[in-house]
Amino acid sequence: MTRRTAWFMAAALVAALGATTARAEEKLEIFSWWAGDEGPALQALLDRYAAQNPTIKVVNSTVTGGSGVNARAVLKTRMLGGDPPDSFQVHAGQELIGTWVVANRMEDLSGLFRSEGWLKQFPPGLIALLSAKGGIWSVPVNIHRSNVMWYVPANLQKWGVQPPKTWDEFIATCAVLQGKGLKAPLAVGENWTVNHLWESVALGVLGPEGWSGLWTGKVRMDHPKVVKVWETFGKVLDCTNADASGLSWQQATDRMLKGDAAFNIMGDWAAGYMSTTLKLVPGEGFGWAPAPGTGGTFMMLSDSFGLPKGVKHHDAAVKWLKLLGSREGQDIFNPLKGSIAARLDSDLGKYNAYLVSAAKDWKTNTVVGSLAHGAVAPEAFASQFGTVMEIYLGSKNPQAAASAARAIADQVGLGK
Amino acid sequence: MKRQRASQLTSFLVVLPSLLLVGIFVYGFIGRTVLTSLSDWGRDPTQALALSPVTRFVGLDNYRQLFTGIIDGRFRQDLVSTVFFTVFFLAGCLGVGLLLAILIDHKPRGEAVFRSVYLFPFALSFVVTGTIWRWLLQPSGGLNQLPPLVGLPAGEFTWLTSRQQIWRFDWNAMPVALAVFGGLAMALLAVVDLRGHRREPRRRRRGLVAAAASVALLAWAAVWGRGWAPLPFGELHGFNLAFIGIVVASVWQMAGYTMALYLAGLSGIPEELREAATVEGASGWQLYSRVILPLLAPITLSAMIVLGHISLKIFDLVFAMAGPDNAYTDVPALLMYITTFRGNQFAKGAAIGTILLVLVALIVVPYLRSQLRREVDR
Repeated sequence: MTRRTAWFMAAALVAALGATTARAEEKLEIFSWWAGDEGPALQALLDRYAAQNPTIKVVNSTVTGGSGVNARAVLKTRMLGGDPPDSFQVHAGQELIGTWVVANRMEDLSGLFRSEGWLKQFPPGLIALLSAKGGIWSVPVNIHRSNVMWYVPANLQKWGVQPPKTWDEFIATCAVLQGKGLKAPLAVGENWTVNHLWESVALGVLGPEGWSGLWTGKVRMDHPKVVKVWETFGKVLDCTNADASGLSWQQATDRMLKGDAAFNIMGDWAAGYMSTTLKLVPGEGFGWAPAPGTGGTFMMLSDSFGLPKGVKHHDAAVKWLKLLGSREGQDIFNPLKGSIAARLDSDLGKYNAYLVSAAKDWKTNTVVGSLAHGAVAPEAFASQFGTVMEIYLGSKNPQAAASAARAIADQVGLGK
Repeated sequence: MKRQRASQLTSFLVVLPSLLLVGIFVYGFIGRTVLTSLSDWGRDPTQALALSPVTRFVGLDNYRQLFTGIIDGRFRQDLVSTVFFTVFFLAGCLGVGLLLAILIDHKPRGEAVFRSVYLFPFALSFVVTGTIWRWLLQPSGGLNQLPPLVGLPAGEFTWLTSRQQIWRFDWNAMPVALAVFGGLAMALLAVVDLRGHRREPRRRRRGLVAAAASVALLAWAAVWGRGWAPLPFGELHGFNLAFIGIVVASVWQMAGYTMALYLAGLSGIPEELREAATVEGASGWQLYSRVILPLLAPITLSAMIVLGHISLKIFDLVFAMAGPDNAYTDVPALLMYITTFRGNQFAKGAAIGTILLVLVALIVVPYLRSQLRREVDR
């Protein structure tokens, strides 16, 4: 290559680089774990944002992995390195507060909540879960319910049983079904689904005040009532399938649908799976009831977005949060995702039969937060709850499990 | 003279960038990790992820908790699991590798094909191997469906999801057991040194020191050790049967590497030696056990070192096969990742990492030293 050619190429390169930087458009970088099935819902929101703000370029940094298990690790390295994304997805509640708010890394959104009128649009129980240290810290986009029991109405009719209303009734119904030849009336899957089952049992035995008391420190983890939770849990586990640890949550739900089990306790993303993927009709192909003992209580988990301190594109991020909390944004996202809007004024015409019933419960029930999905306990506790569960499953000793939970709660400073 | 100094300077400058990079990114980071493990970073959630965390120096408290704190039973089980896994992995790789090498050494037809086929798994990454074997070891599919092909009932072993544990022992018995084991090992060393090499002063000194250490350890075990329980209540640990699946997958991957090492070693054994042994009347079995295997000892040792340090640090294979949430296939490297990035316990994660480093160093450093000494002697 001659010298002149080299000069021309260098000049062209510099001009091209200059052209890209000279545009100086604003950017918004969001960080989430929605991909695969949930991708279209997020994309619909991003399209709406792009339509509202044509000059802002949105970068969607996704780290796949259910429930954000991998995204959280990446987020921590970025935040520790001082390079926060403009807004990141996080489970509303202690997963955000216990990790980021107490470390003073998030901006208080109470001003935004007041100016957008959201304090009246979200239930007070939800606002309480989002609040800490006098501020509100994230904008909830969707609401999922954890304490739902699924069944096939035709099968229950065939066996002559009703969905039980308390855990004692459940154990009795389980005995009846086992007498009819159903070895494992309750279908359950791998590790986290067992934790998911535990929180429904705990809510059913302790009630909403007792459950909330566990997380504010009012009820100690080794209180006799909590030991009773573990005892009841043991009896419930006797009704479950022995090969649980090899099944995904969908496979456990399939067992219930096939008739190998009568009930399955899973969050209401199962409704999305059953109605969208399996094309069953809500109410006919599958039915639902609150998990035994938890009627009138809505155990919620919510995906939300927060605003870290020191982000590069503050205004773009605030506009994103405004879209997320608006009626329009939530009604674009939630029908596609298979969850209900956190707002009380969403247009129910866009949602299927299950979601309409869930939205009605959302308006009227007592709202409490989920443990297995990051709402009520900080990560330091939630990540070690698996150890407590393993201690119980290995020893079947309720007192040992309760003591271990108490030790971890003390080490982590739960409720302080 | 000038040319020699100039060339020395040049060679130093050429090596300098690597020295700097390794110094910072390997040894600097190791030092940083060890320092972090001596702090309490992560215990206080208000400081764990703050922009400039404020931490206190707590000395060896993280290590004390890992070995004797009630909450960290999972770490202790991981250590036990790693020991069992290392033993089975080494035995499997060396045994299968040696067998394959001996078979191929007989130069059957299509030897090159067999050699390549056995070596292929080594070219895969652990993640690919882990994913494949995860599918194969699904309790309701894969390997369990092989027996029906020959008319037997389907396999019932739950492989990676198994919760069974065998060979259980109590952690509280560990100090005494370790002291007795250490005392006997020292006694053996003392006997070897004092019996055979009484004339050499260095070995006699070593023998006497070993004898004293042995007496001290055994006396402690007999008198004081028995009354001391590191944990307030018993904690059982043992071999998790779920590891069988992981051993199978890892031996499948690494046996080819061991086979290649042994093939090189076998081809280095001169034909005259084998002929001489056969002439002297050695049967086939004696030929192998008395002549060939001892000559392969250096290769066995270096293979054990390489495989040993792979098995102590194993992470990606277990992550791909069983995921990070299966407590029955947990290993220390996985626990370090979970403790640090899920539980935000940075100092405790650093402590686990440092313990892993020490374990690997215990294997690698003596080997390197003996190799270097051999080089120097030569």
